[in-house]
Amino acid sequence: MSQGPVLELRGINKSFGAVQVLHDVAFSVYSGEVTALVGDNGAGKSTLVKCIGGIHPIDAGDYFFEGEKVHVSGPRDAADLGVEIVYQDLALCDNLDIVQNMFLGRERKSGLVLDEATMEEMAAKTLDGLSVRTVTSLRQYVASLSGGQRQTVAIAKAVLWNSKVVILDEPTAALGVAQTAQVLELVRRLADNGLAVVLISHNMNDVFAVSDRIAALYLGRMAAQVKTSEVTHSQVVELITAGRSGELGIKNGNGAAS
Amino acid sequence: MTTETLPEQAHKADASIGGYVKNYLDRVRGGELGALPAVFGLIVLCVLFSILRPAFLTPGNFANLFTQGAAVVVIAMGLIFVLLLGEIDLSAGYASGVCAAVLAVSLTNNGWPWYTAVAAAMLTGVVIGLVLGALVAKLGVPSFVVTLAAFLGFQGVLLLLVKGGTNISIRDTTILAIANKNVPPIVSWIVLVVGVVVYAGIQLFRARRRIGRGLLADPLTLIAFRVLSLAVISGVAVYVLNLERSRNAIIVSLKGVPIVVPVIVVLLFVWTFVLRRTAYGRHIYAVGGNAEASRRAGIDVDRIRISAFVICSFMASIGGIIAASRANSVDPNTGGSDVLLFAVGAAVIGGTSLFGGKGRALDAVLGGAVVAVIQNGMGLMGYSAGVKYVVTGSVLLLAAGVDALSRKRAASTGRR
Repeated sequence: MSQGPVLELRGINKSFGAVQVLHDVAFSVYSGEVTALVGDNGAGKSTLVKCIGGIHPIDAGDYFFEGEKVHVSGPRDAADLGVEIVYQDLALCDNLDIVQNMFLGRERKSGLVLDEATMEEMAAKTLDGLSVRTVTSLRQYVASLSGGQRQTVAIAKAVLWNSKVVILDEPTAALGVAQTAQVLELVRRLADNGLAVVLISHNMNDVFAVSDRIAALYLGRMAAQVKTSEVTHSQVVELITAGRSGELGIKNGNGAAS
Repeated sequence: MTTETLPEQAHKADASIGGYVKNYLDRVRGGELGALPAVFGLIVLCVLFSILRPAFLTPGNFANLFTQGAAVVVIAMGLIFVLLLGEIDLSAGYASGVCAAVLAVSLTNNGWPWYTAVAAAMLTGVVIGLVLGALVAKLGVPSFVVTLAAFLGFQGVLLLLVKGGTNISIRDTTILAIANKNVPPIVSWIVLVVGVVVYAGIQLFRARRRIGRGLLADPLTLIAFRVLSLAVISGVAVYVLNLERSRNAIIVSLKGVPIVVPVIVVLLFVWTFVLRRTAYGRHIYAVGGNAEASRRAGIDVDRIRISAFVICSFMASIGGIIAASRANSVDPNTGGSDVLLFAVGAAVIGGTSLFGGKGRALDAVLGGAVVAVIQNGMGLMGYSAGVKYVVTGSVLLLAAGVDALSRKRAASTGRR
């Protein structure tokens, strides 16, 4: 990738009361790549994602989007930039069908009436663009879908709005083997379509299967941000558990990332 | 992405009538009963009462059913909005009583013209809904508690308004006409024909437009079936209601569709449109299905909650006006005792879920019809009020049981 990152954070600090959760974190996301965000429980992954999504305001640090410094003070700001987050608890309504869920809160209308035909067409186009073939009828209720299909709908919902950055919070955590493969394939395809994808995952196999870069958080600090092809499995595990691995990682707890 | 082949595969592009029937049967088997229990119950009850008491099947009694059930149906229609959110409004009955009392006081005691009095009653309903909704949505008090308090409170307000139990009679002819007068037969036929034609036109227009855009549309046979059944059912109803039902037709002729019927049809149409075709209706379902998801989707959940209570109390006010019209008066019992439970019962029997997220405006009419038939039929059989209450209570319990069971079944078959 010759271009700069589409989204870049520098020197992010975030505290909740007396507890500092993020220390001087730097994080870059590139278009057309899958960036895996890894770290142990409590390392600050979710907090970082919520800062990106505008749910938590950042205490200090800079937020760059497409090279320009921006100020994100709420979820709307992030959505306007083209940053969409797919949360772990998918945020779908079981009693609505796929199209209704994808357009929830942003329904297309002609006059006062909902424009169902246009919404159905757009949803179909988006799912086609993602080469999703597992969903047969767009008018199925979400309740009747499998975990993998729900994840697919949640991701398609995020992609529908010409978003540039899609952040997936543990998309495969609750899925079986076949469905995990399905979702990972979809994640890869998002990046191949030119989107910047951030994948939060605990599963090293998933991370190595689809990611181009790995960013490892350790106790609220960015231990390292490396290319997936340049590290081994065990190095990443060391980064997650100890914050360092050989030349990589935090040097003696000074917080300086390589 | 080929790892998963689904049974739903079979449904794809299966736009034939056979496909629809199969799909429907699958849904019913999966626990989505819809209107089935209500329609089935209605048929069974009607057949039963017709056999036991031939008087049940007379045109006069048929007309009675509408005027008896109208207030409950209207209140139930409003309640459905609150039930869709998974909330409850226990005060809807007495809210209708209070609105009726406002109507009666302004009409009879203050001598206001009927339209001002009706507006005052409706405004009262809206204000009641705003207060209840704000308490539930903004303060976070459970709707059960808020409306239980309101249930007691409104009972008191009603007593105060009618000055401790006097009976305020209504003499305004316009208000009395709602439940006591009929539409001229020729007008009802014209409205019926126009209504069916417009319905068919809308259905065909929508199907054609969807086909034109390459989307799956309802097959023509299904549309024809819908239009035909609407025409037949409403045609028979209008025909029967237009029969002479006066015992002494020479002295006074009594025939035609009671005016409450078109009132209910209009309300049904409006609320069905709101729920199914507008973004607001979509958001009601969404909040009822998953409030957190709705919040994240940018829907103002509080506003949806408050508005649902406003609609509920507003409909209660209309129900109160109908009840006042039917009774020719307002007393401390208007909207009291069984009205609320019948309304909740009507909604649930019709197929609205008490768990939220599932229900239609039509449910109120179907369920209300079941409740009205039970009341009417058992009255004809000469059973005491005690027996009627026991039976209606059992039917409500049965309906709630069916709701809970179908939900369980749906969960186990992965539908809802």
